[in-house]
Amino acid sequence: MERDSSKGSALRWIPGLRFAAPGMTWFLSAIVVLVLPLASPALAEIKSGSDFLSPELRRQQADETRNPAFFWVEQGRELFSRKPAGEGQACIACHADPQQSLRGTATQYPQVDAGTGKLLNLEGRIEQCRVERQKQPAFGHETPELLSLTAYLASLSRGLPMQVKTDGAATPYYEAGKAFFERRQGQLNLSCQQCHDGLVGQKLRGDTISHGAGTGYPAYRLEWNDVGSLHRRLRACSLGVRATQFDYGAPEYLALELYLADRAKGLPVETPGMRR
Amino acid sequence: MLSRLALAGAVLASGGASTASALETYAIVGDAIPAPLGRLVGNAARGEVLVKDRERGNCLICHQGADPSEPFQGNIGPPLTGVGARLDAGQIRLRLVDASLVNPQTVMPPYFRTENLHDVALPYRGKPALSAQEIEDVVSYLATLKTF
Ligand code: HEC
Ligand code: HEC
Repeated sequence: MERDSSKGSALRWIPGLRFAAPGMTWFLSAIVVLVLPLASPALAEIKSGSDFLSPELRRQQADETRNPAFFWVEQGRELFSRKPAGEGQACIACHADPQQSLRGTATQYPQVDAGTGKLLNLEGRIEQCRVERQKQPAFGHETPELLSLTAYLASLSRGLPMQVKTDGAATPYYEAGKAFFERRQGQLNLSCQQCHDGLVGQKLRGDTISHGAGTGYPAYRLEWNDVGSLHRRLRACSLGVRATQFDYGAPEYLALELYLADRAKGLPVETPGMRR
Repeated sequence: MLSRLALAGAVLASGGASTASALETYAIVGDAIPAPLGRLVGNAARGEVLVKDRERGNCLICHQGADPSEPFQGNIGPPLTGVGARLDAGQIRLRLVDASLVNPQTVMPPYFRTENLHDVALPYRGKPALSAQEIEDVVSYLATLKTF
């Protein structure tokens, strides 16, 4: 299919990580993984993306010394304590003892921001703190800094169950995300649901289709040779069916993220994940 | 695994004609489009290339083709081996043009349709996934796949 043109630049800041050519086609990975045949799961039961990985990739994901995404977590931890230039304070000045104070935070995102009524994902909250509290320019989507901080904060919730709110002010966002998920789209006229409900466990080229839980993001994808956000993954799926790719942080993808997070309710946060 | 086309239950208006704005028109008879699109002559060799090509047809993302040496073939649709024995050229053509005419819930994308699609990415908007000539090439190729 088409190329995932979404992002090719980030992360030259960790030397030696970009060892292969970027821009491979969507489903083609240079890495041959053995994937065991999976039985079709019961309809209502949503499994995590890790359950569809090869055993080898799953082991690599779990091993902090072999999962490259832990570099990003480390960078995030470091950035969290770094005082920005000028007057601003480090994140840790407001969030002391993050291991405790921010444990579980990621399980509640996306969430409606009380101040603005807008839906924010974890990246959005980090950028809000950055601009309004730290008085610094926003990092920008898919920058190494934002990916690192997001991966670090999400890693503080590793193993804890997703538990987003979909009632009250969140309801319209949830409904919009659900409608998006169920709508056929693109030149190939497929909905998210057709693949991530109907075809789970089946092979699309070399990929085994999962429930699209997204609980490992930001994740290191072999195809990217890089860590990317959930929205980058969503852009790849949109492109796969030749549908409009929305911007990073666009309302469409935020609503979709809320719907996916609700589908994944009870599944543990796995960030930083590894994916094909 | 998805079930095969439920041909027995297919309800198609016999002889119904379909017009897509800029596309070649075609007539549906039963569950088939018997006449080649635009009266074009297909080329089976080009069709084989299109079926494997990851940018154009990319059929093997979902189907197993006739060449077992091709890496990473999907298993979402029925295998294409033997399709020429199961279906005649007109039936294959209709399933390529718009498989939803046979099964409204189908996962098989419509390759020769521009209407009633949502959020199509700009480079593809208003264009069918395959041209009439390409459809005929692929039909010619698939019709040769008579053995399993
Ligand atoms: C033609 C099939 C197809 C369609 C349609 C599709 N996807 Fe995917 N998606 C895949 C494949 C293949 C993967 C990679 C394997 C996997 O993890 O499922 C994937 C991965 C994902 C993941 C990452 C899952 C994880 O935990 O690693 C998410 C989230 C996702 N898709 C959401 C969506 C959404 C939302 C849509 C609709 C906008 C969509 N997909 C449309 C095939 C599809
Ligand atoms: C996203 C998945 C997908 C893609 C891509 C795809 N198909 Fe299919 N195809 C299917 C499915 C699923 C069916 C079964 C249709 C049904 O049951 O409604 C099917 C059915 C067919 C049939 C009818 C087979 C039979 O035995 O009845 C033919 C012929 C066919 N596809 C050819 C192709 C060709 C040629 C291409 C590429 C130009 C292609 N397909 C691309 C999923 C796909």
